[in-house]
Amino acid sequence: MTVAQSINRAQRHVPAWPIYLLGLAWMGWLFWLGLSGQLGPEPINTLERKYGLVALQILVATLAITPLRTWTNISLIKYRRALGVTAFAFVLAHFLVWTLLDLRSLSRIGEEIVKRPYITIGFAAFVLLIPLAATSNNWSIRKLGGMGWRKLHKLTYPAILLGAVHFVWLVKGYPWEPFLYLGAVVGLLALRLIPKRRPQAARPPAGAVPR
Amino acid sequence: MARRWTNDLTPADVTPKAMWLNRRQLMAGLGGAAALSMAGGRAAVAQGLEPNTLEQITTYNNFYEFGTGKTDPAANAGAMVTDPWSIQVDGMVDRPGSYSLAELLDGLEVEERIYRFRCVEAWSMVVPWNGVELADVLDRVGVQSGAQYVAFETIVQPETMPGVRRGVIPFPYVEGLRLDEARHPLTLLATGIYGEPMPKPNGAPIRLVVPWKYGFKSIKSIVRITLTDTQPPTTWNALNRREYGFYSNVNPEVDHPRWSQASERRIGGGLFASRQDTLMFNGYEDEVASLYAGMDLRENY
Repeated sequence: MTVAQSINRAQRHVPAWPIYLLGLAWMGWLFWLGLSGQLGPEPINTLERKYGLVALQILVATLAITPLRTWTNISLIKYRRALGVTAFAFVLAHFLVWTLLDLRSLSRIGEEIVKRPYITIGFAAFVLLIPLAATSNNWSIRKLGGMGWRKLHKLTYPAILLGAVHFVWLVKGYPWEPFLYLGAVVGLLALRLIPKRRPQAARPPAGAVPR
Repeated sequence: MARRWTNDLTPADVTPKAMWLNRRQLMAGLGGAAALSMAGGRAAVAQGLEPNTLEQITTYNNFYEFGTGKTDPAANAGAMVTDPWSIQVDGMVDRPGSYSLAELLDGLEVEERIYRFRCVEAWSMVVPWNGVELADVLDRVGVQSGAQYVAFETIVQPETMPGVRRGVIPFPYVEGLRLDEARHPLTLLATGIYGEPMPKPNGAPIRLVVPWKYGFKSIKSIVRITLTDTQPPTTWNALNRREYGFYSNVNPEVDHPRWSQASERRIGGGLFASRQDTLMFNGYEDEVASLYAGMDLRENY
């Protein structure tokens, strides 16, 4: 049995729902750390960044699921919804820390969204994710139809790309971390452009010019 | 000699050592607010100048030589070699050369200065520095007529500085002031905080403190001071001219292109601390506004 086969077999016994619980627990734990003075002397900024970073990490993971299946036959697709919804919960928490703990003023929030490009695109990413989170259930898939639902959920691509650019855009200097995430997102999106392998790779006809 | 800065805060305004050591434990819990009101003198509190604790001051820093994270300096700066230390003084000075700290500072009055510290990232602290006025040090080395600027350089120790090895920004870090800014009585060469030798994350053993400018102007761990007649290059300005000007005076009306400078958050207020309005020249307008008379501060940001 191949590695892919054993993983695919094992995942049948591992349900997806603990992802929601782990996500919420992790979110609550981080909040508690901030509350109890364990996130350093500037807990608001630290919490804001941690929530944003966890969101991006999970979003990158959701983006990896399809290429993983295409290129290795490992199928983790049953975890994608739980991952996506959990990522959205972290994006929402990131947004709420920014609005309710950091800025605390509607006019300031509006001004920041309009005036600061890195916030504009971060906010755009958040808005793009809202319909996706709202339709991450079986009822919506039936309602929208498989094709319509899939079309709608293509919004994850621009949303995650905007999220990664948001991270790169807000740092000072050239730390490697945000560029690593942006590279991962671009790479995972690019993999989708490569035509899928067919079961038996067709040999190029003799004399064909390699492209 | 230039008019000296008259400090209306006294040593009584500095939180006693036993108190700030103690406060670390108090602040760890949720009862921080109660402890806060106990510490600091009345004058300092009235001016909104209650010093941050030493722990806050030494664990939330930008010192990119040790990494870009706020806690990286506290985690990594321990290995920095700060003894022996010498400062190369050159350019348009009467007595150039390599000075030890003692040669540069002995006999000068080390003062306690409780200053607001405002980072360009819109957070702030209040720090009780110990230091000498830069003007006194400049007098010691003898500034030649014609000199108009002072340039500073931070040490580069790749073996102890992970940020330098990764090249997160170009090093050595360099900064500069106009000579009249450098000679202003508020401008310090600081050698300590809370009466302790300068902690490494804060720029041991000697650093600049220019309280009316964004924090990145207050260059750390200085190894070179050069007097010159041309405006010296400065690190952040060279990296991004549009975002970081040579002057970089604290100014709530001139935003950083990527974020607002109108308000700031004082470090140490916990998860529910609100922002406060940023003051023109970081609250030192009366003292320094005359340096920029007639200048367009939006143009010369």
